[in-house]
Amino acid sequence: MATLIIAEHDNHTLKGATLNAVTAASQIGGDIHILVAGGGCQAVADAASAVAGVSKVLLADNAAYEHQLAENVSLLVAELGREYSHVIASATTGGKNLMPRVAALLDVAQLSDVIRVDSDDTFARPIYAGNAIATVKSLDAIKVITIRGTGFDAGSAEGGSAAIEMVSAVHDAGISSFIGEAMAKSDRPELTAASVIVSGGRGMGNGENFALLESLADKLGAAVGASRAAVDAGFVPNDMQVGQTGKIVAPDLYIAVGISGAIQHLAGMKDSKVIVAINKDEEAPIFSVADYGLVADLFDAVPELDAKL
Amino acid sequence: MKVLVTVKRVIDYNVKVRVKSDNSDVDLSNVKMAMNPFCEIAVEEAVRLKEAGIATEVVVVSLGPQSAQEQIRTALALGADRGILVQSDENLESLTVAKLLAKVVEEEQPGLVIMGKQAIDTDNNQTGQMLAALTNMPQGTFASEVKVSGDKVQVTREVDGGLQTVELSLPAIVTTDLRLNEPRYASLPNIMKAKRKPLDTKTPEDLGVEVKAHTQLLKVEPPAQRQAGIKVASVEALVDKLKNEAKVI
Repeated sequence: MATLIIAEHDNHTLKGATLNAVTAASQIGGDIHILVAGGGCQAVADAASAVAGVSKVLLADNAAYEHQLAENVSLLVAELGREYSHVIASATTGGKNLMPRVAALLDVAQLSDVIRVDSDDTFARPIYAGNAIATVKSLDAIKVITIRGTGFDAGSAEGGSAAIEMVSAVHDAGISSFIGEAMAKSDRPELTAASVIVSGGRGMGNGENFALLESLADKLGAAVGASRAAVDAGFVPNDMQVGQTGKIVAPDLYIAVGISGAIQHLAGMKDSKVIVAINKDEEAPIFSVADYGLVADLFDAVPELDAKL
Repeated sequence: MKVLVTVKRVIDYNVKVRVKSDNSDVDLSNVKMAMNPFCEIAVEEAVRLKEAGIATEVVVVSLGPQSAQEQIRTALALGADRGILVQSDENLESLTVAKLLAKVVEEEQPGLVIMGKQAIDTDNNQTGQMLAALTNMPQGTFASEVKVSGDKVQVTREVDGGLQTVELSLPAIVTTDLRLNEPRYASLPNIMKAKRKPLDTKTPEDLGVEVKAHTQLLKVEPPAQRQAGIKVASVEALVDKLKNEAKVI
């Protein structure tokens, strides 16, 4: 029994989400190998070889894999995956894009967003926007899985010394190409990696008022998020959305400002360690999950909080 | 160009889901069902392509029980031209749905397939990618913009940290994210007209696909409930709690 983990990376650095996948793999048991597929990504393979508990790193370094095009990478992963009992990726947009394509090529099911490992074939995953948790047994010989990072602690990035093996197979399906990307530039941490998150909802009133939260976030070293209501109202871009249809987060501290607490939002943040809610409506559902609730006008409370930190 | 669009019948997104007391599954008896929200966005995009003169015909497909006809009729009322129901009362897993759709694609030969990125019941986010694999088509998942030109389509995708644009050769699969468009409502005259649009029914046997279980659902439980904490009276009290009790700042 051995697990192949598909590394999440940008050709330069190994993303933290991969370390959560390593923890999931160690709970499954057996050897753990990491595949680094990319273009000019030797540094990522070096980082992967240092991850504790990993016995081998497979490096497929080719222009065809540079932008993680699923049409190309899925062919590679399906070919390599036949030798494994489990093939795992993080349930990031990258993993979600790639893994079902791999599963179909292997003629097996995929288990999405796994949050708990019960045994080598049985896993728990949220369904219905996290309103129910399903325990599912895989009947396939190869288990293709994406894991939700918030369900597993990050493994250690150091302490390992796995051998790096080159994979020469080049798969270029020739049916898709990368045109460009527009990544949000920010000095703040990424939402899914932040230990503190300050989020705003419809109560913010407009996009300019998010400056209040940004100032607070900078004091706390926090990321800034938003509810779907704030995104739908056009206050902020969609990549800031926390919730079932946005990002699933579980920071040490989550501060919800002007967020009523729709089911869809709670599904994305209710596993946070400490939740603070600031809302002027004392009946808002967000208070039913908050450790500390402050019934106040956010336009008074947030500047005051900012000043007191 | 023919556009194929898929719709799934799911629990209405406003309904609070309850787990059955025997933990066998969620309780779907007597709850309101509706078209999956991401599928609504897919239908809207297909209809807009037709209105723009790019699509010549919009064919809507659903897979599931007889009652899924309702969701096909809704799509027809929104502007799709004809419907296909692949009828089955069995639990159809994503891979099986993808295999059935691959057969429909083979028969219909669409230039573009538009699907929701995930259904809000099982939250799998798999079928589009699986269909792409089985038909050897490129995939533009989590789309926030779709531009067809000639034999290519440019898809802007919502990825972690921003947006990515890819160019795909047609035929291709696109799966929709929330911001692709804002779906319209069906007008009463269009709802009436939709009743006369053609709707074919097929079975998995007709399509030559075996409905196979790759997973077994052992149990379904409600999530751990979080206890409500306390209300603090002032910002000062909040800072004190965060520093000295929770120790998170």
